[in-house]
Amino acid sequence: MPSKVKEEEKILGHYLVPKHRILSLEESIEVLKTLGVRPWQLPRISINDPIVRILNGKPGDIIEIERDSPTAGKYKAYRVVVSY
Amino acid sequence: MTPKKKKIEAVKEEEEKKGELDIKLKSAKEILPEKIYKELNEKLEKSDLSTAQKIFVVEETVRRYISSMIQPGEPVGTIASQSIGEPGTQMTLRTFHYAGLMEFDVTLGLPRLIEIVDARHEPSTPIMRIYLDEENRNDLEKAKEIARKIEYTIISNVVSEISYILGEPKIQIEIDKDLLDDKGVTHEEIIEAIEKLKLGKANVDENNPNIINVELNSDVMPEEELYDTKAFNEIISKIRKTYLKGIKGIRKTMIQERSYEENGVKKKEYVIMAEGSNLAEVMKIPGIDAKRIETNNIIEISQVLGIEAGRNAIIKEILDVLQNSGLDVDIRHVMLVADMMTWTGKVRQIGRLGIVGEKPSVIARAAFEVTVNQIYNAAITGEDEKFYGVTESISAGLIPKVGTGIVMLGMGASPVKPSADDTENK
Repeated sequence: MPSKVKEEEKILGHYLVPKHRILSLEESIEVLKTLGVRPWQLPRISINDPIVRILNGKPGDIIEIERDSPTAGKYKAYRVVVSY
Repeated sequence: MTPKKKKIEAVKEEEEKKGELDIKLKSAKEILPEKIYKELNEKLEKSDLSTAQKIFVVEETVRRYISSMIQPGEPVGTIASQSIGEPGTQMTLRTFHYAGLMEFDVTLGLPRLIEIVDARHEPSTPIMRIYLDEENRNDLEKAKEIARKIEYTIISNVVSEISYILGEPKIQIEIDKDLLDDKGVTHEEIIEAIEKLKLGKANVDENNPNIINVELNSDVMPEEELYDTKAFNEIISKIRKTYLKGIKGIRKTMIQERSYEENGVKKKEYVIMAEGSNLAEVMKIPGIDAKRIETNNIIEISQVLGIEAGRNAIIKEILDVLQNSGLDVDIRHVMLVADMMTWTGKVRQIGRLGIVGEKPSVIARAAFEVTVNQIYNAAITGEDEKFYGVTESISAGLIPKVGTGIVMLGMGASPVKPSADDTENK
């Protein structure tokens, strides 16, 4: 399916879309510990979100987002995948 | 001996200080945001301060950064809403539905701001800006070709008149040649589109190549209806609406020339402006630069490109509106609004059906809109009021848990030690 790959590239390459990454279990625990929160206290991202679909995320995964901020340069934000 | 020794000591001291500066910079890197650290580093390298002074600068930067951070309990939401709301009141006086930007009518000012925070499914004036890829960027003909591919065209866009004669099962379609060339449609395409309707046979008139005759089948136009104008009009409106080419939702396209700078060199490119928005379909068109395509439909962006792109779009759109009205609002407030709107993974409006409606407190919801309904429903479902928030605390005359209200004065729970006299008396 070459066309599908190309479409994914288009979406991921768009200037509004920041870099997303699914964290491994160990990394997730580390992140939750440093933030001092439980997963349900994180902002959410739907499993039907196009980016989550491309990354093949599952409910409960924590996604690290590298946002470009005009005030701080680059910083990391986290979202938890939910099933709705 | 002594001056030499002094010199050696001075060098040693200098090296020690340099080491100290490196350590300070390293720890500063962990604390400061990337942008501030970079700026600090650049400025330090350029400056001709002594090492001791540099150490002081680094220390001071970190100290100032930490002291300017938001304190726990700071009511950031209230500050943000007032910081956006107060300039918003001035906006009403100055601009209201401003028409400008070439031939397009663009909603700006307060109506647009309301549209964004209400998270409408479709903005009142959807607009796309479509950039072209490197091959087609400087080619006007190619740009026109792509614009034609995008623009939604139906038969009524290229036809000057559709007529019929009562009593004859025939419809005559007169094509406007100029419009046809403008839209880039051929006669064959029109005939093909009409034949797909299964009305009957379509032919080009022998005398005039710009007239197409459609001979209606007897099942479409039975003989008893031949003198019925209503039946004819129905068929004609069906023909008028027949799809020829383009993307649904794009009503009009226009080509603009845009100049930009790249590595100090001035360049020009052609950009397609489109009235109407359909991001998912336009991205599939070959020849466009899908990475730079823009639309002002935020909901569409969040559906096609994900919630994070939606967040960025909200920030960009709100800032655009504010800057167009000449207002200076700090981006941090706008970022907070965008964060709240996208918190659940979907774009929510700021209002009764969105963020406010999902507050856990009954009184806070009742204080906003539809007071009686909120209290009725809360009574039916037996909701609790915990008085955690600001609105409900103020309504009930309690100290809201923000700012200094969040700090409690604590006293040790251990009892006062009984004095020696007390024990003796017992």
